[in-house]
Amino acid sequence: MVPGLITAALLVLFVGGTLYLWRPSVKPEMDAAAQMPLDDDKEEIA
Amino acid sequence: MVGVEGSYNDKVIRQFSVMTVVWGVVGMLVGVFIAAQLYWPTLNFDVPWLSYGRLRPLHTNAVIFAFGGCALFATSLYTVQRTCHVRLISDKLASFVFWGWQLVIVAAAVSLPLGYTQGKEYAELEWPIDVLITIVWVAYAVLFFGTIAKRKVKHIYVANWFYGAYIITIALLHVVNNLAIPAGWMKSYSVYSGAVDAMVQWWYGHNAVGFFLTTAFLGMMYYFVPKQAGRPIYSYRLSIVHFWALIAIYMWAGPHHLQYTALPDWAQSLGMVFSLVLLAPSWGGAINGILTLSGVWYKLRTDPILKFLIVSLSFYMMSTFEGPMMSIKTVNSLSHYTDWTIGHVHAGALGWVAMISIGSIYAMLPRLLRLPKMYSVKLIDVHFWLHTIGVVVYIAAMWIAGVTQGLMWRATDPDTGTLVYSFVEALNATKPYYVFRLGGGLIVLSGMLVMAWNVFKTFRLTAANTEPQPLLAPDAADARA
Repeated sequence: MVPGLITAALLVLFVGGTLYLWRPSVKPEMDAAAQMPLDDDKEEIA
Repeated sequence: MVGVEGSYNDKVIRQFSVMTVVWGVVGMLVGVFIAAQLYWPTLNFDVPWLSYGRLRPLHTNAVIFAFGGCALFATSLYTVQRTCHVRLISDKLASFVFWGWQLVIVAAAVSLPLGYTQGKEYAELEWPIDVLITIVWVAYAVLFFGTIAKRKVKHIYVANWFYGAYIITIALLHVVNNLAIPAGWMKSYSVYSGAVDAMVQWWYGHNAVGFFLTTAFLGMMYYFVPKQAGRPIYSYRLSIVHFWALIAIYMWAGPHHLQYTALPDWAQSLGMVFSLVLLAPSWGGAINGILTLSGVWYKLRTDPILKFLIVSLSFYMMSTFEGPMMSIKTVNSLSHYTDWTIGHVHAGALGWVAMISIGSIYAMLPRLLRLPKMYSVKLIDVHFWLHTIGVVVYIAAMWIAGVTQGLMWRATDPDTGTLVYSFVEALNATKPYYVFRLGGGLIVLSGMLVMAWNVFKTFRLTAANTEPQPLLAPDAADARA
């Protein structure tokens, strides 16, 4: 019973976290984060 | 825009990068030698420390922990500094981690041929070396997480999540699996026994694959594929889902190494099911990396570094399809204990791990040395083709040998119920493929020698004192302005 509930709670947490990530309001933050590996190359060019 | 005052600690990264190449050559050379021994057994010359049983763990330890480990130290410490816009928290600690890890490798290179072993695969090293590994690993964790703690940007880039998970998990795996009672300076007895010992060992063994050879190298992928492609990762959101799904599932797949053994049947099935579920995050992550090239596929024509990185992901997808398939009990009854497993491991180790490491070192080295490119881009291309052809020859030979073995071992006479083939008949049938394996290994090794030459010549291009690279501005948004 308890292990089943823990598994269900973890599944809800995972699905909830995934849905949160795809909210439109999170997109700018994600886009900015995705640029991080490219930052120092841009600085070199500048 | 000019960086803020201060510079990155690139010395330790240059040291680890060079040793990645050195240990890559050494580890693969030992691999080629023992591949030759499997075809010509007399090559052990009746010398105990040249025997296959002692050199095989030397090969695996050298390529995984020396070659792969140095590549991971180099790239993780490079990535954490660049994405946190700070220098490592301590130069002395960084130096300790480098020299401590080299001492571990040398201790392994001496003790394994001498016959000192715990008899646990990928955890052969005796307890004093295990203690040293633990100390160095804790220092590495302090260095890595301490640098993240003093970062000058708010967000922790996803590559650091993967590296962080690898550092924490390897600490846990190493300590738990190596718990032992010492019975002398180079002898100990595991605290586990029987089926529990087997389960703990393969919980460790598979997660060494999962967190050392996969999660950490995915961190490498998330930094160096976008960097080399000159484009952000295809989906940053997917990278976060990939991370949580992968680390949640990998931990449970170990029992697939123990199908049809004394392990409880439910545990074997659990290992199989989690292995099958692993296909989803594995392919999701790999597709995320490959699709980063959307719109710039043409770069593959001219950039051999990108070829290394993207083909490594192709091998990753192939291995992570093959692995779950082999974990299915009915498939495992054919594949287990055969050379198919060796083919699978090398598709992952040479195809995925080595190619992403080699590509990342080629991508990182000129930046570390403030050079526009490596000494010879043409030689990188030569290396790419040597490596790719060598890996394909190797794994194709092992697939054929493995399936042949599996089919011959299980063949029974329907009338008498006896085995159709003796063991030596199966061995004879597979022996020709051992030459192809040796040939494939030699081609891969020759590629590593080309890399060593190219790296040596690239270092010769630099001035005696390479100007340190200045830190990026404290905030990512500001840095991009």
